[in-house]
Amino acid sequence: MAHTLTINDTILQSRFFLGTAGYPSPDALANSIEAAAPGLLTVSLRRESKAGKGQNFWNIIKSFNLPILPNTAGCSTEKEAVTTAEMAREIFDTNWIKLEVIGDDYTLQPDPYRLLNAAGTLIEKGFEVFPYMTDDLILANRLSDLGCNILMPWGAPIGSGRGLNNPFALQLLRERFPDKTLVVDAGIGAPSHAAAAMEMGYDAVLLNTAVSKSGNPAQMASAFAQSTKAGREAYLAGIIAPQEKATASTPLIDKPFWHQEG
Amino acid sequence: MKITINGQQKDMPKDFEAPLNLYNVLEQEQVIGMMIAVAQNGNFVPKSAYETTLINDGDALEIVAPMQGG
Repeated sequence: MAHTLTINDTILQSRFFLGTAGYPSPDALANSIEAAAPGLLTVSLRRESKAGKGQNFWNIIKSFNLPILPNTAGCSTEKEAVTTAEMAREIFDTNWIKLEVIGDDYTLQPDPYRLLNAAGTLIEKGFEVFPYMTDDLILANRLSDLGCNILMPWGAPIGSGRGLNNPFALQLLRERFPDKTLVVDAGIGAPSHAAAAMEMGYDAVLLNTAVSKSGNPAQMASAFAQSTKAGREAYLAGIIAPQEKATASTPLIDKPFWHQEG
Repeated sequence: MKITINGQQKDMPKDFEAPLNLYNVLEQEQVIGMMIAVAQNGNFVPKSAYETTLINDGDALEIVAPMQGG
């Protein structure tokens, strides 16, 4: 259980989840997946024509035989999100859906009200909803009340690479939902950000741009896989509490020239 | 008959037999056999219903396939 994560009855072999968009080439995408061996891959849906562009992409993805988490990226209404989720369920043969309902085009901040409505409808239709959400505690409560088993608060706006903008809020969610599967989704820029989320006890991290737009996506994917693992191990090992005063780590008794006073 | 497919308005050929069903349109679009899903006027249409789903003048279809996503 240290590095695997079970969702429904699916065992994810890594707690690092990777997006598949924005790579410089199909080879760069494939090499990144290979380098990271992520627990799952996120995918999307786009309009298709007889040219069959989506089919070529899918051939790359399916060759890795990894769990797939389709998203509802670009949806801004409940109706669009629900219909997109239904189409994704048929295409990818999974009831998992990363539910994105965007409320602001500038920050790509999720709309909490529409997110709640869409999540409720999708849960009624039998979906396992992975809601992409802000780090708001009350929203998390409401999503939990609806039956969401997984919560995915943002670290920072999508693609911003800012890391964990509000560690306090993320920590609070971890404390208040000890039994939920919590995933930091979006905004992560550096492997240290992923490690920080995992050190807090998050169950996984999901990111895309930090890998796909890096100088060497495969190398960065590998770095994220390692930092996610390191953060997880640190969390399990138990990180020491910070203290105000210095404490010598080297024992002083019998050091050269040591002499007991008094 | 005019319908909108993926945001583009199209005139369906006159020799198409009426009533037109969704399967006929997908055949015309040369996407049968591909990994696709379809919505008609914003509502999901399962594969099993393609042949029984009638297409009406002014309908809007979305035909989608897997694509890169974050």
